[in-house]
Amino acid sequence: MSVTSTTGTGLFDRLKEALAAGKPVAVATVIRGEPLGAKLLVLPDEVVGSLGDATLDEEVLADAQTLLASERSETRRYAMVGREDGVEVYVEVHPPPPTLLIFGAVHVAQALTRFAKSLGFRVIVTDARAKLATPERFPEADEIVQAWPDDALSQITVQPNTYVAILTHDPKFDEPALLGTLETPAPYIGAVGSRGTNQDRRRRLLEAGVPEERLRRIHGPIGLDIGAETPEEMAISILAEIIASRHGRSGGPLTTASGSIRGPLDSVSQAADPTSPVTAAGRVSTE
Amino acid sequence: MPEIDAWRAGGNRIALATVVKVEGSAPRPVGAVMAVSSGGDLTGSVSGGCVETAVFEEAQDVLKTGTPKLLRYGITDEMAWDVGLACGGTIEVFVEPLPE
Repeated sequence: MSVTSTTGTGLFDRLKEALAAGKPVAVATVIRGEPLGAKLLVLPDEVVGSLGDATLDEEVLADAQTLLASERSETRRYAMVGREDGVEVYVEVHPPPPTLLIFGAVHVAQALTRFAKSLGFRVIVTDARAKLATPERFPEADEIVQAWPDDALSQITVQPNTYVAILTHDPKFDEPALLGTLETPAPYIGAVGSRGTNQDRRRRLLEAGVPEERLRRIHGPIGLDIGAETPEEMAISILAEIIASRHGRSGGPLTTASGSIRGPLDSVSQAADPTSPVTAAGRVSTE
Repeated sequence: MPEIDAWRAGGNRIALATVVKVEGSAPRPVGAVMAVSSGGDLTGSVSGGCVETAVFEEAQDVLKTGTPKLLRYGITDEMAWDVGLACGGTIEVFVEPLPE
């Protein structure tokens, strides 16, 4: 890994570039102690800038990579030789944005694309119907793939952060889309349709030899139970289910839930003090 | 934040305020950001509205001096009339000038 020293402007330009390219990035900043405001930018194959001390840079680089993997921004205190208080460094992580893959360039997909973009998703819309899958209908989409589901899936890489919404409402499109995406590591696969449609689809997929256990991955009828009627309401219902699924939550009202109201359910409690001193050898207890 | 580029194009300098630490419950999590321009614009948020005005003033100071600042906001009964958070937590906000 190469280390580049650069001015603040250069560092911010590199950060902007990497974010625009959807690369995983971390930025570390000295927020308590000197040099206050010094920054270290951690790119996939390069480190830019410095926190003013080579040993500190190394420790923070290692922590930044761990935090990036766990998608957590955090302030940590570092012990420094000859400095009683050490320094506090804020590490901000920018994991690559999640992708929403929509099968069916239908009316609901238009609202879904718009809302998903404002939530920070990359959005891919795919449909075989040339009249529907157009940039005019989906100006916010990052990618439009006009193809049958099998063909589309051969062109798109479905990753562990690719969320799938199948909205075609037509078995000849949505069943190949389901069969195809069930083979991928997609963390969420939702399929539109009434309870009856879902029962019928389930039966056909079982007959086609899809194991019961695998069918349990499908969220169908898609969305949370908010009584959604319009395309916009359906889009919110679907995105709410996707957000809940990302955080391992069920999506009920907060009045009936307990514990932290934000982020993953299993996240470390905010009461834990992440600023207790750490050294290259690990965290040192202050008590 | 798309606004920042427009503010810059208008000849403004920009300060960025980031929530870097949260103790207890707070309206915005670590990583929440607010940007402020030397022309008086404001976008984003670091709380539910409780401390934005105070952070805005501090950010103007940071833009004048060019030196970053770490701010800490909390609330106690004695502080009830001062700037603080309504929900009882404590947050630390780091304010820094963006390079021109």
